[in-house]
Formats: sequence, structure tokens, C-alpha cells
Amino acid sequence: MPVVTELFKWEGTKAKLNTHFATENRQFGSKMTDSKYFTTTKKGEIFELKAELNSDKKEKKKEAVKKVIASMTVGKDVSALFPDVVNCMQTDNLELKKLVYLYLMNYAKSQPDMAIMAVNTFVKDCEDPNPLIRALAVRTMGCIRVDKITEYLCEPLRKCLKDEDPYVRKTAAVCVAKLHDINAQLVEDQGFLDTLKDLISDSNPMVVANAVAALSEIAESHPNSNLLDLNPQSINKLLTALNECTEWGQIFILDCLANYTPRDDRESQSICERVTPRLSHANSAVVLSAVKVLMKFMEMLPKDLDYYGTLLKKLAPPLVTLLSAEPELQYVALRNINLIVQKRPEILKHEMKVFFVKYNDPIYVKLEKLDIMIRLASQANIAQVLAELKEYATEVDVDFVRKAVRAIGRCAIKVEQSAERCVSTLLDLIQTKVNYVVQEAIVVIKDIFRKYPNKYESVIATLCENLDSLDEPEARAAMIWIVGEYAERIDNADELLESFLEGFHDESTQVQLQLLTAIVKLFLKKPTETQELVQQVLSLATQDSDNPDLRDRGYIYWRLLSTDPVAAKEVVLAEKPLISEETDLIEPTLLEELICHIGTLASVYHKPPSAFVEGSRGVMHRRLPARTGSGESTESPDVGTAAGGSAPEAAPSIIPSQGDLLGDLLNLDIAPSTTTGPPPPTTGMQMGGMDLLGGGLDSLMGDESEPLGGDIGGSPAMGAGFGVAPAVMPASLNAPVGGGLGDLFDLGGGVGMPMGAYIPPKTVWLPAMKAKGLEISGTFARRAGVIQMELILTNKAMSVMTDFAIQFNRNSFGLAPAGPLQVLTPLGPNQTIEVSLPLSTVGPVMKMEPLNNLQVAVKNNIDVFYFSCQYPISMLFVEDGKMERQVFLATWKDIPNDNESQFQIKDCHLNSDAASNKLQGSNIFTIAKRTVEGQDMLYMSIKLSNGIWVLAELRVQAGNPNYTISLKCRAPEVSQCVFQCYEAVLKN
Amino acid sequence: MSDTTVLVSQSRLSSPPAKMIHSLFLVNSSGDIFLEKHWKSVVSRSVCDYFFEAQERASEPENVPPVIPTPHHYLISVLRHRIYFVAVIQSEVPPLFVIEFLHRVVDTFQDYFGVCTEAAIKDNVVVVYELLEEMLDNGFPLATESNILKELIKPPTILRTVVNTITGSTNVGEQLPTGQLSVVPWRRTGVKYTNNEAYFDVVEEIDAIIDKSGSTITAEIQGVIDACVKLTGMPDLTLSFMNPRLLDDVSFHPCVRFKRWEAERILSFIPPDGNFRLLSYHVSCQNLVAIPVYVKHNITFREGSSQGRFELTLGPKQTMGKGLEAVLISSQLPRGVLNTNLNPSQGTYTFDPVTKLLSWDVGKINPQKLPSLKGSMSLQAGASKPDENPTINIQFKIQQSALSGLKVNRLDMYGEKYKPFKGIKYMTKAGKFQVRT
Repeated sequence: MPVVTELFKWEGTKAKLNTHFATENRQFGSKMTDSKYFTTTKKGEIFELKAELNSDKKEKKKEAVKKVIASMTVGKDVSALFPDVVNCMQTDNLELKKLVYLYLMNYAKSQPDMAIMAVNTFVKDCEDPNPLIRALAVRTMGCIRVDKITEYLCEPLRKCLKDEDPYVRKTAAVCVAKLHDINAQLVEDQGFLDTLKDLISDSNPMVVANAVAALSEIAESHPNSNLLDLNPQSINKLLTALNECTEWGQIFILDCLANYTPRDDRESQSICERVTPRLSHANSAVVLSAVKVLMKFMEMLPKDLDYYGTLLKKLAPPLVTLLSAEPELQYVALRNINLIVQKRPEILKHEMKVFFVKYNDPIYVKLEKLDIMIRLASQANIAQVLAELKEYATEVDVDFVRKAVRAIGRCAIKVEQSAERCVSTLLDLIQTKVNYVVQEAIVVIKDIFRKYPNKYESVIATLCENLDSLDEPEARAAMIWIVGEYAERIDNADELLESFLEGFHDESTQVQLQLLTAIVKLFLKKPTETQELVQQVLSLATQDSDNPDLRDRGYIYWRLLSTDPVAAKEVVLAEKPLISEETDLIEPTLLEELICHIGTLASVYHKPPSAFVEGSRGVMHRRLPARTGSGESTESPDVGTAAGGSAPEAAPSIIPSQGDLLGDLLNLDIAPSTTTGPPPPTTGMQMGGMDLLGGGLDSLMGDESEPLGGDIGGSPAMGAGFGVAPAVMPASLNAPVGGGLGDLFDLGGGVGMPMGAYIPPKTVWLPAMKAKGLEISGTFARRAGVIQMELILTNKAMSVMTDFAIQFNRNSFGLAPAGPLQVLTPLGPNQTIEVSLPLSTVGPVMKMEPLNNLQVAVKNNIDVFYFSCQYPISMLFVEDGKMERQVFLATWKDIPNDNESQFQIKDCHLNSDAASNKLQGSNIFTIAKRTVEGQDMLYMSIKLSNGIWVLAELRVQAGNPNYTISLKCRAPEVSQCVFQCYEAVLKN
Repeated sequence: MSDTTVLVSQSRLSSPPAKMIHSLFLVNSSGDIFLEKHWKSVVSRSVCDYFFEAQERASEPENVPPVIPTPHHYLISVLRHRIYFVAVIQSEVPPLFVIEFLHRVVDTFQDYFGVCTEAAIKDNVVVVYELLEEMLDNGFPLATESNILKELIKPPTILRTVVNTITGSTNVGEQLPTGQLSVVPWRRTGVKYTNNEAYFDVVEEIDAIIDKSGSTITAEIQGVIDACVKLTGMPDLTLSFMNPRLLDDVSFHPCVRFKRWEAERILSFIPPDGNFRLLSYHVSCQNLVAIPVYVKHNITFREGSSQGRFELTLGPKQTMGKGLEAVLISSQLPRGVLNTNLNPSQGTYTFDPVTKLLSWDVGKINPQKLPSLKGSMSLQAGASKPDENPTINIQFKIQQSALSGLKVNRLDMYGEKYKPFKGIKYMTKAGKFQVRT
């Protein structure tokens, strides 16, 4: 009910009157409010509306349009009324006009031909004497995403960009961005970009702000363009506009400023000074954008400068204030504060208390606060923090309680002096006997043992008391680890471990692996009493289990124990690398990049911006500026040419959280898919006749000098397979070849490499005639996730060739060599060398024709040669290209039908399952299969290395060698290439 | 030029990236979408399924995470007045920007319709749609200031609705709002009042956590100065404080001249017309916040007994002679509590055996006769004693007093000739005021 409350806000006495109005209003009931627009009869609704829209009466028309809009708001499809609504457009009633415009924006795309009818009115309105109407027309026109209309838009837009009224100019600025989105070429050809750049110098701050916003948006899709050419003059203009434009404009300007790199510390300081007042803005988005600029530019200031200290002090209050806002704002603020305290802990080091949790904070706020509390924990405030954490551990919310207990463990690891306190707090919590608290406590105590070995073992007895109550894998595994690690001090360690062994096969993998390791440790420490136990666990792991990880680890231990017990001891009981608090910090380069993106989604998810939103390639990696006083710009986005040797920067990855670092060296995953190298040579296989189950163990029992295992070459090789954990590798195990792993897979049986991807045969790319005797042939392959260019270089000239190097031109998918061309020895006459060059996909991007064309330059001591070749697009199909079924369905519907293309694959005689298997080898994943009237429909998904998804529907009819394939993709131009791959894969 | 067009930007043709907010869905507490608005192309409402999933997972309505990723979009939502405002975005957008904008939408609805409820929005759906269109263009905020909007789209009033229905006139302004581009975009020109008045409310909320033993773990004050200014013409106001040093952490309405504040600690501004928040400030725990109330409590459960004791006494403390009013106690009792049998010395208490929420409406506290609530709780027979200790939440008001001690010195007006009526009110309220037991 529309009630006039506002008028009476100050005088309570009039409240009566107010209610009087309210009742009166209710009597008018549905007649007076817009809700009447919903109450049409179901039957013939559209028909009725049509009649009303064509009514002669103005009022009836307007009411009808309102009904149409009301239907639209609840998602009903009223596009059938398009011509009738458009007919109402020519009116001098502004409200009616606005309503029709609203309708047009929603439906023009579905009725492009009809939308043309509206053009004349738009063009006319752009000339209207009322600026409101001019702006409205140009604004609406830009929202109609129909190509034919955009042609007519150019002239009015040009006029509006130079309109005398700033309201029209600012609207037109945004319109350029809209138009660019529809037809970038047109915008460039018409010179709108230059006009837009000129608007940055406009006299009206709102126009400036909108021009900046529009340019930023356009620049985002043109990462290499120099649209926002920031220089001291333009920065000055932006700073002036900053003080005068609206809050939203301030955000655009601040975000734009953050991309600028000042020439020296003085300029940096002067910008900071002019940005600081924004910290007192009521709009939290303005505040956070200002924080971003300051955090970035601060990097350039010398630390001994007075101003540096002042700035640090100024940053704390606004950040604290953000925490008193609504929970949603708090959440975003906290995620960003998390970054800020990692970069500059000094800013908030005295503000610990504001992060204390209130019991009715939403859970997402609680968890973030907890994380920041740990980051701010120091010797000075640890007592307070621990008291709080202990308090939280008695709350109701189980998730939160668990995190709180974990936090205590993290404090122990971070603040060494507090470790003892933390342990006693944890013991207190264990005494509460609350099941999940006990389990969490044990998990973190294990970490504390790792960090401070041989210090707190006195608590083991208490822990053992709770053995029976542990029902979560992580807690069980932690407890087992503790028992194994301190087996020599626990009298009944063997009994304890044996009790776990009974239900071995019901345990989760984590517990099984841990149990295996713990028993082996126990055996190595107390060999005499536990021989039976270790036999039992080894046979459980190797014979009765079908988990390859467990089996492999079992075999490794078995062999180690049987061949070289001394080495086994050195490996299994080796010193473990210490864990530290660092493990949950964000990696520094990523942190720097995230600091440059404070306030964005990237900062909320703590992932690099390039990881966001499908297909966002070409995002510039931002770095904090170095602190130099020189005039040189230190910011270098990855746009340089792909120089031969320098590998483009790989996207930074997050260091695994501490959970992954738990336990011992053998927690490594040895799944076959992660072995990237070529299959190991089989020559290392010398141990065929070895009796694995036999006497090896006896040798350990007997005199250690008995050389039973000594002559078997397999055992050192075993170690080589674990080269990933060099910290714990005794020097004696440095084996020459990585053969051990291969053997192990053979022993395990059935763990072959996945079916290979399709690799086209090698073709001659560069004939010797054209290259002064150098002939290059080659092909492309994707092996274990790495794209390889496999080349054969043949020297058909009379002289020796040296100094090979290779370089690519920009190409559609940013392919670039990931390393230099490895031709180490000179290539003599008539010699041939095979080289394989790993490629990355982070090079500069430029669309090629055809799409998969690659222009290559090869240099040697004689000359530089150029050739071009085409790669099968299938090598860009990535391994994680399997879409969830639901996502597939949603995406399929979401992609417009215009983007669908159909192809025929002739003469293919595979059945659908075979085809699906074959395609899977090339990372084309079948998501679902449906059989309709004898016709198999396979639904498949493919993901390209640049994040583009291709969805496919393959129809296979039994007995018909011709397949039909439909491809849907947001970038339809890849469809042709993808089809070619299908054909190549299926026919080879 | 075609070779500079990155492949990806081509793919955008088919699905435009909304730089900013792509669409908005309004969802009620029973999980129905009752309004959708698209600023670019239409996004299928099935995108909200991800939101509903998150909503199902959340134990409480307010626990739905504010940012939810989906395969092609991000959903950013706020919960206000039991309505979820779910914004759909498609590319990197500052989330705070979106959340702030959504708040502005909520404020505008409240401003226009008096309340922001599903019924009010449905009743005014056309105005709502016009407003949303006016507030955002291509995802860029266009006009979010209440008084600019009111010139563009007149708020519905009974009178106007009646008149419009009869005469067929509209509630859409025909002229460009005057404030839209001026240096003072928050104020329209040509304002006229017969009674010129300016009222300022200094309202402070105290957030605190008090531990078992009654000592303060953390306490802070969130203060605001809300104004209602109805002055003719273009008045230029200055507001000065007796103790401006208290204000070291402040956020201003854009009308406040920051330079003047920095230099002289005086608020100088041309006010918007009508109601607005002039200033919000934060007084942190370091400045020793006075705690106006204390609680004596004794809530115990004994192992093996099916009864628990509950005792609570309240008293005033450091209130500077002002009375505590509208005191309301609430506490979430442990799940094991079946029912309570309590005796309030004043006021009324309720206990909901389903939600286990105890609330006691105390009213005023008389320092001579301290209110208390005493009695027993019955627990599930045979169950072990509850693990968690209930936290006590306190609400109260103190009239005519700002807890921080902030005082306005004087208000002066320049630029206009008439003499306005001026008024200042002070009030202190409890914000999140919690006592652990």
C-alpha cells in the first residue's frame, strides 16, 4: 500500500491520521495499486491485451502496456505482443514512452525485424528539444542488441556525444560502451573511441566519470590496446573529477587510477594525498577502491618517509568501520582485509578486538574473522586470542567450533611461545569429551607434534584414552600417525594399531595409508614383536586391496624392507621437514597481484583474476610497482613478444593448505595420470625372479649384513620414483633411472597409461629448398596435459648448423614455446634430430585465419626461416573438460541457436561406445548417452585451453556409417576446427 | 583491425558481458522469485537455482553466502526485510559496488512505498520497474539519489493515484532533474517551505561483548547523525562540536566539505532536501567505552539432574544519570532445555520450546528495584548436560544521551535570510550487546 509515512515522520501525533489514510487506501483495494495488473483472466490473456493495446483510448493503452510490463517482471513471455506494443511508441506521453522502451529492451533481440519499426521514433527523439528525451532515446537504442538498429544509431550517437547538455553527453558515453559490445569494429571505424577519450577532459565531472567507466569496460575486452593512456596530465584531470562526481563515478575513477604507475615517489605521494579523503566516504565500495589505490602506491614510498607512517595510520580506521556495516559488506571487507594483513600486518596489528566474533554473526562472517584473528595473532595478544578461541569452541555451530579448534593449533604453530598454552587449551577441550571437538583437537595436535618434535609427547596418554571415540577419517589418521611416530614410547602401540587393522577394508584410503605407514614404522622400531603385524598389513594392502595407491605403497615398503632394511629405515623414519605457519599464507606473487585487485571478485576468492569468468584470456597480470624513484615504468603486463627463450610467466598457484602437508613423505599421490614424463624405459627391470612374498623379511630379522637384497638393482630405483620429495631422500638412493615406478605399475597390474590422444602424422612444414638446406617436419601432440610440438630437423646442406631458436607469431590461442628449442649439439650435414618442444598457451593472442594457423620462425646460424602450419585444435582440449550434466543442460539452453552448427562425418564404422572411448582419449568427454528409436545420441563437452567450452551432440545410427554432429559454442568460429578434429580422431 | 580482435571478445558477441549488474531477481522467504529485471539481455531465472541450493544448505536465512559462483555468472545477494535481492553479474565486478547498489535499491523502495515488502513491491510494480531502469543504465548506476529520482518518478501517494486514475496524468517527471548535473547533485533547486526547520538526531549504538565475569572483552560505538532538513532555497550549513576530537573515524555524506573538516573540524555543507545521513562515526574500544548496563547471571546445569537453575539480574551502570528504557533480554538456550519455569520481577517473558529462544521484555529499569528473572529449566531426562553456554543479548535505549559524550556545539546557516527552527536529539541504543555466561 502506498502510504505517506514520510510526511509524518516527525510528529507522532499525526500517526492516527496516517492509519486513517491507510484504511481508506485499503478500501480502494486492488483497484488503486499495480497489483491489479496481475489479475487478468488466464484464458485469452494475450488476446485480451492485444485488443487493449490497439484501443483508441490513450488511457486504456497505457494500462495495457503496464499489464504487459507487469507480466514481464514475473518472467512471463509476452513477446507475442511486440508489434502491438511498438505501435504505442509514438506518443507524447513520457511515461507511456518509457514503458514501451522498457519492453523493447527486453524483447527486441527476439524480434529483430520488428524492432526496425522503432528506429524512426528513436532517431526523431534524439533531436527532441527536451534533453531528458534525447538522452532516453540514445540510451534505449544502445540497449537494443540488433545489428540493423546499430547502423542507425551512429549518427544520433555522434550528435549526442557533442550535445550541449552534459546529461545527454554522459548518457552517450555509456552508449559507446554498449555499442562496442555489439559491434566493436563499427565503434572503431566511426572514431567513437577518440571522441570518448576527449570526454575525459570534459568540463562536467559526471561526464568524465562515465567516459572513464566506458573506456575501462572497452579496454577490458582489448587488453593490448592503449585506450586509457594514463599520463600525469590525464591523471590530474581524473583527480579533479574525483572530488566532484557521484559516488559511483568515484569508484570508476579510483579503479582506473589503480592501473596507473606513478613515475616516482613524489608523484605517488601526491596522488595518495588526493585520494585519502575518499577513505571517509559513506559508500564502502568507494572506501575499498581508495584502499586499493593507496595500498598499491604506498609500495613506491620510502619507508622512512613521515608520510608513509601517516598513511599507514590512516588506513586502519576505515577498514575497521567497514566491519560495522551489514554482514554482506563485512564479508567482502573481511576477505580483503585478509589480504591486507598478509601484505602489511602493521596496519591492523592493534585492532585484534574488532575481529572477535559475535554469536549472532552469520557463519560466513564468523569464519573469516577467525582466519584474520590467527593472522594477527602475536606474542603480545595471544592470551586474549586463546581465551576467545576457547570460548568459540563451546558454541553451537559445529562447523565454527571445528574451525575454532583448528585455529588454536594454527596459533601454536605460528606463535612459538604460545605453543604450550595452546596445547593445554586443547587438552582442556579434549576433557569436554564433545566428540567433534576431541577429533579436531587430535588433528591439530598432530600438527603441533610435527612443528615441535619431542616436546609435548606427555599428552599422548590422554590422546590414547579417546581412541575409541574417533569416527572421522582425518582424526583416525592423525591418531594413527601419532601412534606410529611415537611407537617406541607407547607400550601397547602394537595393540592399538592392531585394533585398527581389524576393520582395515572398511577404513577410508587416508586411514589405510596411514595405518600401513604407521605399522611399518612400528616394525622398524620394534622388529622382534611386530613381524606378524607387518606381514598382515602388507598382505592386506597389496593383495586384498584394489586401491592402486595403497597397493603401490604396500609394494614399495615390502621391497624396501626385503631388500635393504637400512635404507628402509632411512626412508621411512627420515627427518621430516618442519611445518610452519607459512603454509597457509598466500604465495607472494599472487598476493601482490591480489593487492592490485582489492575489492574485486578475485580478492574475494583469493584467486588470480585470470581464473575468473570463462574465456577471460588476455587479462593483464598486475604487479605492485617497485619502489624506484626513476622515471621508468616498472609495470610490465605480459604483452611482450614471445621471445625465444623466455617462458611466459605461469599463472601463480596457491600453495596447498597445511592439510596437504600433513604426515609423512609417502602421502604423495602416485596416480599414473600425473606422471608427465615419457614412459620409463623398461631396462630397469632386473628383478623378475625375486620372491616378493618370501624370504625378504627374514633377512631383516636376521643379521643385517646378510646380503640378500644387495644385488638387486630394483630397490634404489624405487627411490627415484619418489624424487618429488628430495628432502627425505637419503643420498645412497640416488638412482640413475626412473625405472622403479614403471616396474611398480607392472606389478600392480592393470594401471596402464590412459588411451592416447590422436596425433596426426608428421608432415613437412619447411622444405629444404626454401630454407638453405634445413628441412623441418613435425606434428603436434598433447601428452599428459602438455602440448608438445614434435619436430624433426634435417640438415640437407653441406655445412654444420648450430644456434637453433624458435619463435611463434601471435596466434588465436596464445600458443608459445614454454622453453627454448633443445638442439644442444650442432647438426652436421645429413644428420637428423628429433626435438620435442613443450608449448604453453599464455602467449599473446591474435585471431588467425584459419583459426588454427600458426606462423613460426626458426633461426639458425645461417638465417631466419618462416613457415606456417596448422595444429589440430584437439591438442588444446584440456583434461578437465568434463562438464557436470546439469551445467551441460543449462549451458546448452543458454547458448543461442544461432551458434549451433551441424556437420556430417561420413564412412565411420565405429559403434557409439567405441567412438566415445576414442574421443575420450583426446579429451572429448561423453557426458550422457540416450537412445532414441535406435539412434544413439551422445552428449559431449570439450574445454579449450583458453576456457571456451564446446558442447556437442553426436548422433550415431546403427548400420549407418554417417554420423551427424551438432556443435554449440559461445565462440562459433571454433566449430569448424572442432569438427575437423572429430573427423580425424574417429577415422584414425 | 580484425586481427586485433581477440577470439574471446568475439565469443562475447553471443553473450554480452555485463560490465556491471546484468539482472536482478527478488526472492521472498519461501523461495519464490516475484520480480525480475534485466538491464542487458534476459538471463533465465534458472540461474537462481544455484542460489536456492545455497539457501537450502544454510541453517538460517542470514547464513546464505553473499557471493555465489555459478558456471557462467556470479550471484551477489543481500537479505533485507526478509527479501533476497539477488544480482546476477557475468564478469569481474567489485562486489561491494553491487552490494552498495542493492542497498540503495532497498532504501529507495522504502523511501517510495514506506515499507519494503513483497506486497508493497507488487502493488507498485510499474513504479518499481521504472525506478530500476532509472537507477542503472547498461549496468552503470545512473541516478541513485532519492531527490533526483523523485523528480523523475513521483512517489505514489493516495492523492496522486486517485488523480492519475481520474485524469490520466502520469507519475513520470517530464523535465530533466535539476540536481542531476549540478555541483550539488544531492539537492534540487527551487525548494520552498513555509516552516523552515532542521533537525539532527545523534544516535549511538553500542556493540559489546562482556565475558562471564562481567569484564568487557570488546566494546565499540557506532554513531550516526541523521538529519531532516526542510529549508528553503540553497542554505549552507555549518555544524560544530564541543568535542570533535572524538571523531577520528568518520564517513561523510558527499555534501560535507572534507577540506574544511580536516582543517577546522567543522562540518560545512549544503544539505540535501529532506532526510539523509549526514555522518557516521566509530568510536573504538581503545577509547574506553562506558558500559551502561550490567548483568548478574547464574545459569547452571548439573550432570545427571533434569533441572537447571536460571537467575538473571540487571542493573544500570555508568548511564550519566539517564534511565535505561525499552530493555529486552533474549537468549538462545541449549537444545537440551525442554521448558522453563521462571519468575520475572517485572515485565513479561516468553520461551519458545521449539526454537529454544527465551525473551524477556523488561521495560524500564528502576535503580531502586532491580529487575530479575529467576526459576528453573527442565531438561531432557537422562540426557547429558548441555555443552554450550547460552549468550545473553541485551537491547536497551537511553534517551537524551550519546554514550561517547559527543555534543553538538552550534548550527549556523548562511546563504539564506530566514531564521530556521533547529533541533538536536541524542539517543543511545544497544547494537550487538552480548553477555557470555
